[in-house]
Amino acid sequence: MTMTTTNDLIATAPVRRRFGGGDLAGLAVILLVAVIGYFLFPNNLALLTRIIAAALLVLSLDLVTGYCGVATLGHAALFGAGAYAAGIASAHYGINDPLAMLAFGIVAGAVAGLVCGVVILRAHGLPQLVLSIALIHLFHEFANKASSWTGGSDGLSGIAPTALLGLYEFDLWGRTAYVFGVVLLAIVFVVLRLIVRSPFGMLCRGIKEDPIRIRSMGASPKMALTKMYVISGAVAGVGGALNAISTQVVGLDSLSFTMSAESLVMLVLGGTGSLFGALTGTVVFMFFEDVVSAANPFHWLTMVGALLIAVVLFAPKGIYGTAAAFFARRKEAQ
Amino acid sequence: MQPIFEVRNLKRAFGGLAVTNDVSLSMAPGDRVALIGPNGAGKTTFVNLVTGNLKPDSGEVRIGGEAVTGIDAIGRVRRGLVRSFQVTRLFADMTPAEHVALAVLQRSGRAGRLFGNFLGMPDVMAEVEELLGKLGLKELMHRKVSEIAYGQQRLLEIAVALALKPRVLLLDEPAAGVPQSDTGRIEQALADLPADLAVLMIEHDMDLVFRFAKRVVVLAAGAIIFDGSPSDVTKDPRVREAYLGSYANASHAA
Repeated sequence: MTMTTTNDLIATAPVRRRFGGGDLAGLAVILLVAVIGYFLFPNNLALLTRIIAAALLVLSLDLVTGYCGVATLGHAALFGAGAYAAGIASAHYGINDPLAMLAFGIVAGAVAGLVCGVVILRAHGLPQLVLSIALIHLFHEFANKASSWTGGSDGLSGIAPTALLGLYEFDLWGRTAYVFGVVLLAIVFVVLRLIVRSPFGMLCRGIKEDPIRIRSMGASPKMALTKMYVISGAVAGVGGALNAISTQVVGLDSLSFTMSAESLVMLVLGGTGSLFGALTGTVVFMFFEDVVSAANPFHWLTMVGALLIAVVLFAPKGIYGTAAAFFARRKEAQ
Repeated sequence: MQPIFEVRNLKRAFGGLAVTNDVSLSMAPGDRVALIGPNGAGKTTFVNLVTGNLKPDSGEVRIGGEAVTGIDAIGRVRRGLVRSFQVTRLFADMTPAEHVALAVLQRSGRAGRLFGNFLGMPDVMAEVEELLGKLGLKELMHRKVSEIAYGQQRLLEIAVALALKPRVLLLDEPAAGVPQSDTGRIEQALADLPADLAVLMIEHDMDLVFRFAKRVVVLAAGAIIFDGSPSDVTKDPRVREAYLGSYANASHAA
C-alpha cells in the first residue's frame, strides 16, 4: 500500500519545529472554521458535532496509517470502544458526568488500541489489512451479542450526561455539545502536533520509511508502533465518547466496517501523514455526503464515488496535501 | 588485548550447502580488518549471522566477552555492534540532521519521548553538528536526503553508525557506487574513525582495502582461507586460486 504523504513538506523546512507560529495559526484556523460553522448552521449543530467526532477518528487513523504506514480497515473498533465505554458508564453505572464519561472513552479506546495493535502489527501488507477487517467484525459481533450491556442492534440508550462542569446543560440545539467538541478537537490537535514532531514522531516516520533501518539503529519498530496504536486509540476514544455524549445513543454502526472504511476514505481524500489533511478530508467528505444526499437521495453515493476517483487520480496527495505542495512549490520558486 | 568481538566456529548451511563453514574471527579494539572474498563466498551470510538477522546452525558470537548468539539484532546494536548498509538505507524524506539526531536519541534512550524536538535539545544538536561537521555535511544538514548527492549519502550512512557510538563497526562496502571524485572524502572519513573502535570492512575495491586495513581476512566458499597482513595476502597461493578460479568460472559462464 503506497501512499503519498505530506510529511515531506514539513521535513523540508529548516526551521525550529517546536510548538510555534505555524501551530498557533493552525489552531486559529480550526477555531475560526468552528465559529463560522456555528453561525452558518445554527440549526444543524448536531451535524457539525458529528463531523468533529469523525474528525477525531480520522486523526487517530492518520497516526497509524499516515505517520506509521500501517494498513487498517478496522479502525472504528477504537472509536466504538470509546463510544460504548462512555455510554455504558452512563447507562449502566450512572456515571453521568461528561468528563468522567470522556475518561472512560479514552481508556477504553486506548485498551482497544493496544489489543488491535498487538494483533494487527503481527502482519504486514495485505495480511495486515485482512487482520484488521477480521478484528472489526469481531468487535462488532461482540457488541451485538453482549446486548444486555450494549443494547445489541437496538443500540445503547439511557445515556444521560449531566451538565458540563455542572454549568452547561446539553441542550436540544446541541450548542453545549458542539462547543465541547470544538474544545476537545483543539486540545487533541495541539497534543498531536507536539507528538508528531517529538523524537517519538520522528522515530515513527523512520519506521514508515524503512523499519529494517530503524532496527539496525537499535530501536524496536513493533514497540513504537504498539505505543502509537495506544495513543491512536485514546484519540479515537475521545471521538467515540463525544459521539455518545452528544447523541446520547450508541449504535452498532460506530463499531462497523463501513465506518472504518469511510474513515480511511476521508483520510485519503484529505491527505495522509498530515493532521490538516485528516481534518480537511473529514469536513469535505461529511459535508459533501450531507449536501449531496439531501439534494439527490438516490445517486449521492455515486457522486461521492466520483469525487473520490477524481481526487485520487488528479490529486493523489489528497486535497490538503496537493494544496500544501502547490504553495510550497510557489514559495520555493520565489 | 581482550577481544571486543569474537566469532567462534560459526556454521550455517542452506539445504546442505555450507554457506558459512566453521568461521572463527577475533578482533580487538582499534583493529582495522578488511573482509574480502570472491562473489558467492558467503560474505553477506556472514554479516547476517553476526548482526543477528540470521540464526547460525552452531557456533557463537561474542561482543565484549558476552555471548550474544541468542540475542536478536536490536539487542546486538544496543551492545555496540553497529553496521552500515551496502546500499544506502536512509529515510528519503528526512534530513541528515534528523537521521543523526534519531540515532543519538535512540542511543540515549530518548527516542520514545512524546514531547519536545531535537532542535531544542542542546546536547543532541551539539553532537549532530559535530558529527556532520566532521564529515563535511553540516551545510546540508537541513536538506532532504533525497536531494543530496550519493557520495554524501554514503557519508551520512557512516555518520548514523557513529552516532550510535559503536564498539564494533561493520562497514558493508562503504564506497560502493560512489563516483571516483568522491571516494577521497569517504577514505578520509574512514581514516578519521575513532581509534578505539574495532572496524570490520567488507569491500571489493582492493586499493581501498590496502590503504585502510591492517589485517585482511579472505573468505572463500564459506570458510576463511587467509587471515593476515595485507602485504602477504596477494602472495598466498590459496587466495590466488580462489580469485583466479572464480574469474575462470565467470569467464566460462559468460
